[in-house]
This record gives sequence, structure tokens and C-alpha cells, in this order.
Amino acid sequence: MTHDHSHGDDPHGHAHDHAHDHDHPHGSELSAVEARVRALESLLVEKGYVQPAALDALVEMYETEIGPHLGARVVARAWTDPAFRARLLAEATPAIAELGIGGRGGEHMVVVENTPETHNMVVCTLCSCYPWPVLGLPPVWYKAPPYRARAVSDPRGVLREFGVSIPETTRITVWDSTAETRFMVLPMRPAGTEGLPEEALAALVTRDAMIGTGLPLSPGAEIRS
Amino acid sequence: MSAPRPETPFAAPWEAQVFALVVSLREAGLFTWGEWTEALGRTIRPEAGEVAADYGQWLATLERLLTERGVADGASVEARTAAWRRAAEATPHGQPILLANDPQGG
Repeated sequence: MTHDHSHGDDPHGHAHDHAHDHDHPHGSELSAVEARVRALESLLVEKGYVQPAALDALVEMYETEIGPHLGARVVARAWTDPAFRARLLAEATPAIAELGIGGRGGEHMVVVENTPETHNMVVCTLCSCYPWPVLGLPPVWYKAPPYRARAVSDPRGVLREFGVSIPETTRITVWDSTAETRFMVLPMRPAGTEGLPEEALAALVTRDAMIGTGLPLSPGAEIRS
Repeated sequence: MSAPRPETPFAAPWEAQVFALVVSLREAGLFTWGEWTEALGRTIRPEAGEVAADYGQWLATLERLLTERGVADGASVEARTAAWRRAAEATPHGQPILLANDPQGG
């Protein structure tokens, strides 16, 4: 049921031999997984557990509104406002809420700060717990067994694969997110960013920098959108 | 200038539907996040070894929780899945697939 992505997701798949039946009207196709999800949704709507409009609104929110640009705002504020940074590190959830950011999947957030002595990395060894309000939904690699295992057993090796080199003298601390507590990394502010406004700083903060598998961009290398 | 907008978090529409169902049911009180992650953690650790916590595994976990909580049993899910597939076959290509199109539907 769950491993038919390669052939089952495209309802217009042309892997079939259609040559012989072009005279007949074509029906539509649902893959096994698509039909199953529709089955669950229709049953749950009938039983009154969910409402179609609410489901659509949720999807749209996570597709268009929530993502790492929100965490980047938190980081940029922490870089420019020492009092905010102190509140963020002491008790992250209310500090993040000051920026109007929060909600499901971030009921109890903890922010851990990178320093020259310590580099932090976040994983969920159980499944895929992730701080949704600040980073959106996790990337595929975050949910995969190799990262879940190796972030703990060989974090330096993982960082190398991400193209991140951390000085040998820097200690690496790995934080295990759960349903109850979800971690975000506060990366170090890059050199050469003195005097940059908050919005310009936010453009340097990548998703991976806030997971700890990356570093912020240097000025001039911003991702523009 | 602003930080990058979110990448599309779902590889296919059904993934988004599964995500929205799970979030909605949690908010309806059917389970807590702790119960959800515990169940998902079990699903992705079959005898044969660990697998990715992808939306296919979310779907399998959701089905199991719905059965355990007496919301929808396996037989009714199978029957409804078959109805959707018949409805799809009976729907002209390009038209919206509606459950009402199932020729065996009551």
C-alpha cells in the first residue's frame, strides 16, 4: 500500500497499452494509495470527525504560509536584539510568540545556540518530530533512517556530507526532538554582517542552519525569492 | 529581499490529504501528539528494519489508530477504497472523480 510511489501516483500514467482502445471513452484512475486516502477522508467526513473546508485550509497553510522563512525571522531578531536573544534562549515558545509565530507542533520549543565551542544539531530518532511553526514540515532526509541513526552515531560525518566543516575543537551536541519538545538551532551570525538590517540578515538564514546541518549564508549569497 | 519561501512540502496531493487528516483528528481529540508519534514510531519499525517516516507510513499509522479507536475498521476502509476505484473507472477522463460515480453505489 505504501510503496507504490513509482508507478501509482500519476493518474495520467501512460505505462498502459492504450493503443487498442482509443475508440472507447477513457475512465479515470486512482492509484491504490490515492483511493485509500479518499476512502478514509470520505468516511471521516461522514462520521463528522473532519470537514473538507478545514482540511483544504490546513493544506494551503502548510503549502504557502508556514516555512523556514519564519524561523529565519526569529534568528535575525536574536542576532540584532540581545534582550530578545536572552528571552529566546531562556524560554523559546513565548519569545517566538512575540513575533506572532507559534501553534501546533511548536507548543514547547527549545532554542539551542551555536558558539565557537559548541555546534548543535537536531534529529528525531523516533520518527520525524520537527518544529513546524518555525521551519514548516521536515525535508525527506530528516525523516529517513540514515539521518535518524547517523546524526547520533556520527554527527561529524553527517555534517561533512552536508558540506559543513566544523573545527575539530568544536564540540557537537545532538538534540532529540519529541512530540513534547522540539528543538531549533540559533546559528552564529556570519562575519561581515555588521549593520545589516534584520530583513537582510533573515535572508542569510537557511532551513539547514536552523536544523544544524548547515551554516548561514555569507552576505552576497542570499537566496532571493 | 526576504528569506526563501517554503518548498512544497508534499510530493503528491494525497500526502497533503493524509497530513491534514492527522492534524485535524489530533485537534478533534482522537489522539495526542505523544500517542501519534509513538504509533508512527512503531509503524516505521517493522521486523524487516526501519523505514522512513514518510506519508505512506503516516497513512498506515492513521489506519491502525482508526481501527484501534473503533472509528473505521479495516473492512469498511477496504469497501470504501474499492468504491472509489470503481467510481474512478466510471468517471470520464478529465472529470472530477466523485464517490457518487460508483456504479455500485447506493
